Amino acid sequence: MKDTKLLDTSKYVTNLPSRHRQGKVWQRIFFASTFVGIAALGVLLLNIVNSAFGYVAVKNTINPEDLAINKVPIEQLHQTDLVYILKNNLSDGLIRRLESEEDWEDRTREEIYDLVFDRVIEPKVVDTWSLFDSIFNKDNITATLQGKYPEAELQFRSWVSSDFLVNPQSPDPEIAGVRTAILGSLWTIGITILFSFPLGVGAAIYLEEYATETPLNRLIQTNINNLAGVPSIIYGMLGLAIFVRAMESFTSGTLFGLADQTTANGRTIISAGMTLGLLVLPLIIINAQEAIKAVPKSLRQASFGMGATKWQTVWHHVLPNALPGILTGAILAISRAIGETAPLVVVGASTFITFDPKSPFSKFTTLPIQIWQWTARPQDEFRNIAAAAILVLLGLLLSLNAAAIFLRNRYSTRD
Amino acid sequence: MIIQALLFLSGAISILTTIGIVYELGKESLHFFTQRNWEQTNRTLEVSLGVEDGFFPVGSSGFNLEEGDLIKIDDEIMMIELASKDQIHVLRAQQNTSPAVHKRGSELFLSSQVTLREFFTGIKWNPQIGEFGIWPLLNATLIVSLIAMMVSLPLGLSIAIFLSEYATIKARKTIKPILEVLSGIPTVVYGYFALTFMTPLLKLILGSRVVEVYNMASAGIVVGILIIPLVSSMSEDALSAVPRSLREAAYGLGSTKLETALKVVVPAATSGIVAAFIVAISRAVGETMVVALAAGAGPNFTFNPFKPAETMTGHIVRISGGDLSYDSIDYNSIFAIGLFLFFITLGLNFVSQRVVRRFREVYE
Repeated sequence: MKDTKLLDTSKYVTNLPSRHRQGKVWQRIFFASTFVGIAALGVLLLNIVNSAFGYVAVKNTINPEDLAINKVPIEQLHQTDLVYILKNNLSDGLIRRLESEEDWEDRTREEIYDLVFDRVIEPKVVDTWSLFDSIFNKDNITATLQGKYPEAELQFRSWVSSDFLVNPQSPDPEIAGVRTAILGSLWTIGITILFSFPLGVGAAIYLEEYATETPLNRLIQTNINNLAGVPSIIYGMLGLAIFVRAMESFTSGTLFGLADQTTANGRTIISAGMTLGLLVLPLIIINAQEAIKAVPKSLRQASFGMGATKWQTVWHHVLPNALPGILTGAILAISRAIGETAPLVVVGASTFITFDPKSPFSKFTTLPIQIWQWTARPQDEFRNIAAAAILVLLGLLLSLNAAAIFLRNRYSTRD
Repeated sequence: MIIQALLFLSGAISILTTIGIVYELGKESLHFFTQRNWEQTNRTLEVSLGVEDGFFPVGSSGFNLEEGDLIKIDDEIMMIELASKDQIHVLRAQQNTSPAVHKRGSELFLSSQVTLREFFTGIKWNPQIGEFGIWPLLNATLIVSLIAMMVSLPLGLSIAIFLSEYATIKARKTIKPILEVLSGIPTVVYGYFALTFMTPLLKLILGSRVVEVYNMASAGIVVGILIIPLVSSMSEDALSAVPRSLREAAYGLGSTKLETALKVVVPAATSGIVAAFIVAISRAVGETMVVALAAGAGPNFTFNPFKPAETMTGHIVRISGGDLSYDSIDYNSIFAIGLFLFFITLGLNFVSQRVVRRFREVYE
């Protein structure tokens, strides 16, 4: 009689090690992919930090020792001597301009000394190195320095500095700052919030609490979901056609007699803010809907049971309970708006302005626009300040997100 | 009641936005396709024309004139009835213009209009000299998106499988926020990254002869990195939604972890994963700042990813970056591109929603 085995197990045993091996290999692949994703973030941040700090070679246009009068170094010179140096070394036009700004007699000695330093001695950055080079390659740097720029001095420079934050935009990367851009960003975001928050929350309340199953309401819902997927640049074109062009008399401020003389067209903060408002509206609505949905039904029923009207229920019970969620969602949407560049380019952000925005009807630039402009230039110094501006922008986003977490915790512990 | 009406209006704003997009883009695109441009022909009148003359010599060099073409001399528009090498018969005073006397030496302008056919088949884009083929821009968009997909699909899906099937709860809790940070970084920062890190890296690997300063590959890879979080989080949601019982059944039959993941869980979550892929493609097509900074300026019809070429979004940004005057050919042309882009992304989003609805496996 033949050997009657129910199952020939030998076949299964032999391929088991290879199956396990395969499993191990793929597990490593999955893990490696995850690692690559995280490493990408690390490299991205390192790359920015790498450019934002590092050694620079600074060379004086005129050696300070050459300016000494009767062997008295300029640090100890009297005010009148410093003015004499200025007049000797600067063009007549510049002297006249400086005089018309303020008389020499009215300026303090420090001010004039600073002028001599900035305008006559005029230290210039002639070469820059990245942070990695600065740390690991210092010998090389000093060698290049002696070879190429024997008169230059090596300094460690952080391109993000307090000066960088408060200086206005300038064509000279060494003194350019992001003050105008930060103010522009804040103004724009202010308008965006005013425009989109009430509308977004209103729409969410309508869709969650009031809307019945009609074709129109269903259309609104699908439409909102679809709008969230429209590329941001399309919103920019919508803003250009409607806010900048069709509503020019409103967005330029001429309607209220508030027009900025320098622009008097619709490429203003309010156009930009409203464009970004439309852009984040779907996000705010969707997030607010989720938050409202999460409020338990029993709460509403209790309120109705006490004789409250629908609006009283929504205003006094649903909204306060959904608020932390709504706020978190709104702040996330706002952080998206702060980083948006493309729609603002299309709406017509100014690429170069040096004065602060004064009203919603001013010309504007924003941090991302500034980063874009500086990155697009070929010179190394602009790359450095672009990296510095990125750090400022990321700092702003980080503080916003911290605010979101803080708000959420604060409101959720209250009840 | 008033409150309800107000709330309804806030909801209706979203509809108005969509209508606004379609209307404005459509209106300007219509201008783009119906506007007549008058091109120089390098031909001049060889005789003076009276009010009634319908037959005249125009010189033999210059642009080709054909029957049915509209030409303009001074302010009068005429239609060519018959054309030989150096003489033409015309119908005077077309398109509501009035007949006038024209001096010898006046120049002839030939009417041109952008046709839909030219727009969708032309392989040159140069509005200044009347070339309006979308292909160079579309081609660059497709290549950048393709490269981005090649980066983000495998990586994103692997991350999703790792997070949902392999990672411990603790690992998941640390990795997910990191990926969220990655998706919260503004795209202009990625543009900086592409230009200052990815391009030099590619040059280092492949040599600076192959890779140019601005190139599609660098932009594509970075766009890919940018959408990894989108792919991984949407796919992970789909994978986590697969019920535990399916996995346990697979284990019960003796499957390894890998077999359970790849042969049971992933197929069960296909609809969600495919939807994630489609949304990712639409995101890559619409991505702007990375390509504006790293892919190069100027339309270029090339299949070499290491060469510079401008995508649709990159072109819109570059054109509108300067002081764009209204109703110029540039202004109208970017709206036509924008409308095309809008329909592409809308179509993709629509397909992804259909995929989810049509192919979703429902487990109770």
